[in-house]
Amino acid sequence: MPFVILAILAALPLTGLSSYAMHLVILVVMWSVVGMAWNLLGGYCGQVSFGHAAYFGVGAYTAGILYTKMAISPWWGVPLSIPVVALFSFFLGYIVLRLRGPFFALATLASGEVMRVTAENLVDFTGGTLGIMIQERTWVEKTWYYYIILLVATVTFVLVKKLAESKLGYYFVAIREDQDAAESMGINTTLYKTLALCISGCLTGAAGAFYMNYMGYIDPNVVFALHDISIITIMIVMVGGVATYWGPVVGAVIMVLLAEWIRSIPGLGTAHYTFFGILLIIIIIFLPNGIVGDFPKLKRLLKLQKA
Amino acid sequence: MADLLEVKRISMLFGGLAAVNDVSFTAGKGEILGLIGPNGAGKTTVFNIVNGFYKPTKGEVLFKERRISGLKPHQVCRLGIARTFQVVKPLQRMSVFDNVLSSAFLRAKGRAEAEGIATDAIAFTGLADDRDVISKGLPLGKRKKLEISRALATQPEFLLLDESFAGLNPHELDESIEIIRNIKARGITVMIIEHHMRVVMSISDRIVVLNYGEKIAEGTPGEIAKDPLVVEAYLGEERSA
Repeated sequence: MPFVILAILAALPLTGLSSYAMHLVILVVMWSVVGMAWNLLGGYCGQVSFGHAAYFGVGAYTAGILYTKMAISPWWGVPLSIPVVALFSFFLGYIVLRLRGPFFALATLASGEVMRVTAENLVDFTGGTLGIMIQERTWVEKTWYYYIILLVATVTFVLVKKLAESKLGYYFVAIREDQDAAESMGINTTLYKTLALCISGCLTGAAGAFYMNYMGYIDPNVVFALHDISIITIMIVMVGGVATYWGPVVGAVIMVLLAEWIRSIPGLGTAHYTFFGILLIIIIIFLPNGIVGDFPKLKRLLKLQKA
Repeated sequence: MADLLEVKRISMLFGGLAAVNDVSFTAGKGEILGLIGPNGAGKTTVFNIVNGFYKPTKGEVLFKERRISGLKPHQVCRLGIARTFQVVKPLQRMSVFDNVLSSAFLRAKGRAEAEGIATDAIAFTGLADDRDVISKGLPLGKRKKLEISRALATQPEFLLLDESFAGLNPHELDESIEIIRNIKARGITVMIIEHHMRVVMSISDRIVVLNYGEKIAEGTPGEIAKDPLVVEAYLGEERSA
């Protein structure tokens, strides 16, 4: 089944989709990566982060600054963002992982905002609110961008699946279910939470670095955005299904298409946030495990409607 | 008997309140040590100190002659002390087997070995038939057994059981007594907190009695039952009784 999906996805550019359609597909795949990364920390390890924009932004800026300051291809940012974000998330984790539950969530939320303000003010380093613009796009065509992010997504999917089925995955879920019990079972909760955060951060950062290359322009309000990055990431996983392999992918499809669709309705504009809010409420009430997690329930509901 | 665990004059202050005050005792290898006392006597606090959740305000805890007070619970567990909780803490959305597997990884070299340890642990407590049940749905008696299985899967030398009998029906009670005798037979030293006098008197080799955070008696079940201080703590003074 995963191979069939991968084959279909790999063949997708051959079907002659329009440039706009390809753009949407690329966004879906990119958001799947961010969603899967968040899911590892939030879904499996139970540490709900409201600040994944921090990692996304640091990844994006790694690529951008390599380009502006070191004059090398921003594509280096995709692999190089991994050690940078690893270091960054280790440092951040040292601070925020001391906190539990809602306190952790608030601290991560603050960390995303702190990064945004920092990036705005380190003008010499980041270009401040002017942002970073890549003068020459690598390709005009979208095909290669698509294959690159598809590769990142495939690696992420396999990595998350392997981790979830290993000792690490069990430890993550044990920490999610009861941190005191996990600690008494000999699990070094601080260590494993930090690991989850670092892996999650690195994958998110790689997606951010890709974003820099693909969009060609970033500024602090774009890549460190609370609504457009941190909250959307959570929504993707909530809608798709927390702690499921395919949840973030399904969530990314729905959220990207929904955002595009609502934005295209005249007179609504940024009111898509309102719809996202309503959607989230509906999901939490009726499908608390998301579309993938509650799929049997969803099928039952649809059948009842028909009958 | 060589002392496996030595608790030396520990005190635990919360604000100005001494939950545990200058308590000392030892546990010899292979014995079952009972810890009893009225509600609020500080029994669970003692467990939390031994297991590493609390660092004692004063005093120290030695395990195999090594100081363990001040270590984190996961380090204490790695050294060979496992525990269960009075208010059971199952990993709710995991199956019984996965719960136990999660702790079996501690000393296993790979997944296969961990699965072996976990399978043994649930067979030992009689949960084998429930291995795929999500632990959220387990009745209390089985949750208590799950706690014991999970603690055993870390392959401890010393096991702290915090009220593993509370709320059980007579049949479950007999089963649990049997399980604890079998744990002892495996050479694991056990320390139990228990309110059930019949149980604690019948299985303990020695008993430590706490009241208001202080140790008021220590001895064999026979000695404890006759100790006037213990009788007073439980039943009140003779005159007012």
